[in-house]
Amino acid sequence: MAKELGSPVKVAGVSSNKVPNVTKKKQSPLNYIKNNYMLYVFLAPAVILVFLFNYIPMYGVTIAFKDFSPTRGIMASEWVGFAHFTNFLQSPNFHQIFANTIKLSAFELLIGFPVPIILALMLNQVRRANIKKNIQLMIYAPHFISAVVIGGMIFIFLSPAGPINAMLSVFLDRPISFMSDPDYFRTIFIASGIWQGAGFASIIYVAALSNTDPQLHDAATIDGASLLQRIWHIDVQVLKPTMAVLFILAVGGIMGVGFEKAYLLQTDMNLPASEIIDTYVYKRGLQAGDWSFGAAVGLFNSVVSLMLLVSVNYIVKRFNGESLY
Amino acid sequence: MSNLKKEEKSKRKKKRLLLQSNSNQNRLINNSKTDRFILLLNKVVLGLVVLIVTIPLLYVLLGSFLQPHILVTRGISFNPEHWTIDGYVRIFTDGTIMRGFLNSILYAGGFTLISVGFSILAGYSLSIDNLVGKKALMIFFLFTMFFNGGMIPTYLLVRELGMINTPWGVILPGAVTVWNIILARTYFKALPNELKEAARIDGASDFKIFLNIILPLAKPIIFVLALYAFIGQWNSYFNAMIYLEDRSLYPLQLIMRDILIQNEVQPGMIADQLARAEMQRIAEMIKYSSIVVASLPLLIMYPFFQKYFEKGVMVGSLK
Repeated sequence: MAKELGSPVKVAGVSSNKVPNVTKKKQSPLNYIKNNYMLYVFLAPAVILVFLFNYIPMYGVTIAFKDFSPTRGIMASEWVGFAHFTNFLQSPNFHQIFANTIKLSAFELLIGFPVPIILALMLNQVRRANIKKNIQLMIYAPHFISAVVIGGMIFIFLSPAGPINAMLSVFLDRPISFMSDPDYFRTIFIASGIWQGAGFASIIYVAALSNTDPQLHDAATIDGASLLQRIWHIDVQVLKPTMAVLFILAVGGIMGVGFEKAYLLQTDMNLPASEIIDTYVYKRGLQAGDWSFGAAVGLFNSVVSLMLLVSVNYIVKRFNGESLY
Repeated sequence: MSNLKKEEKSKRKKKRLLLQSNSNQNRLINNSKTDRFILLLNKVVLGLVVLIVTIPLLYVLLGSFLQPHILVTRGISFNPEHWTIDGYVRIFTDGTIMRGFLNSILYAGGFTLISVGFSILAGYSLSIDNLVGKKALMIFFLFTMFFNGGMIPTYLLVRELGMINTPWGVILPGAVTVWNIILARTYFKALPNELKEAARIDGASDFKIFLNIILPLAKPIIFVLALYAFIGQWNSYFNAMIYLEDRSLYPLQLIMRDILIQNEVQPGMIADQLARAEMQRIAEMIKYSSIVVASLPLLIMYPFFQKYFEKGVMVGSLK
């Protein structure tokens, strides 16, 4: 991004030479704004909304260091320093909630990340275009189902009287209550995530593969490469840059693991595995009205994910030469 | 006999090769036995994948038409005597889901309009090469990708703005994302500069250039952004859950959450049943039919827009 930002100056010079009567050669910034005020009018709504809903909450996060009371407002509330943070870090819940968050998203990443890639490699071997298209159409479908409906379907399928238990009854005498057992929570969360998202996530890899030069494959075939060798040495290599970028983004999002679905799948019984930082912030901050504590936990989360993003970007850059920014 | 068979086999093989090479621009076919086995395995596994994806959906669809006690005791049945549309009748006569539907259309529509409109306008301005202050503006937008205030401060702000329990609380926060602005900007940057310059020489104002020249060219990006915005808002429940209090304002997904997750069926849907067990069965049936009612519109629509979804992912990958 930085490179892109640096270049426009030169281009500006060229275009003003071309059209001298419109953009004068040496225009002061103020004159430019005067002559092109409409461009700034275009920008205004987005700037206002981003300022309002992104920047003001950044100021609002100072309540994490205060004892916020709604009657006093943010300014007048008392400073308490890092009290809320130490409270959170020393609370008996901290270890579990933090571990749940990391485990849930790390496993989701490790197990879920390769699936769309494998799917794309497999789809790439389907020669008939219309069959390929139809398969894609079908495996995209779950992506368009809402988190609420997915959650509802999970409860239906996994209920003690549901179809999964009906199938398992061949082997077991007693139905498993999947949703009230913390041991199953992560598996359910991750498997349903793959079921819903892997097909749609494969789009980008399929597109990257379709741009591969077919001569590479022909040359490899002449040299006697087997199918698997060609997939490994050509297709997988073609996908590497895409993988790197998506991997960095995924790691950056680790701490933001899908609140919407996790909250839906929570039951009182599976909380030991399903309580993650975001749901905890919601319950403590919004539901219980513990504003400052909630904000502190949220801030802790943001900082950890920012550090993750930056460090993974750095590592991938070192090894692979790919970077986000 | 065996000779004849062999001949036929090789004939078929040749035909297949010919077909393949025709369909694949004369790609070399030099598949060994293992390669062919792998290709076969590939087909089998892909077939399984398709089954795994579609069977749960079909199960819910079929289940929604089955009498509740049949589904529990026998599973899916194709005996027409076991079929019923009672679940759908109850949903449509009660009206809660329909009201949620209308609310969702309002929220998703408003969100899409604001999100796409503002992103396109900002993206266009930022695509102008010599825009004064561009660098600062980009930093202003990009910074929000790396850091945000979080749930609680955002909630307090929305409350301060008096948007609690109004559609604005659902629509405005999160309407403008840097990501959309960058996508729009990338798209506009790729348009030839000469177009704008020609119009400028003819004396057109920035506004006219945007309206008459840029906007018609921007249809694909507008469409892609609108699709993603609409579906994202349609399927989300979080903002509505924290900002809305009145049930009459609830979007479809929140109503669905009550029915599916909280097991709170609208009393109006089951009031005619006195026996508790029967009430529960009907509540279970309503789950199935409400899933179908809530999900079918998008599932029917998306194949028509498949091209645009793929395009959207590709534009996104341009960073």
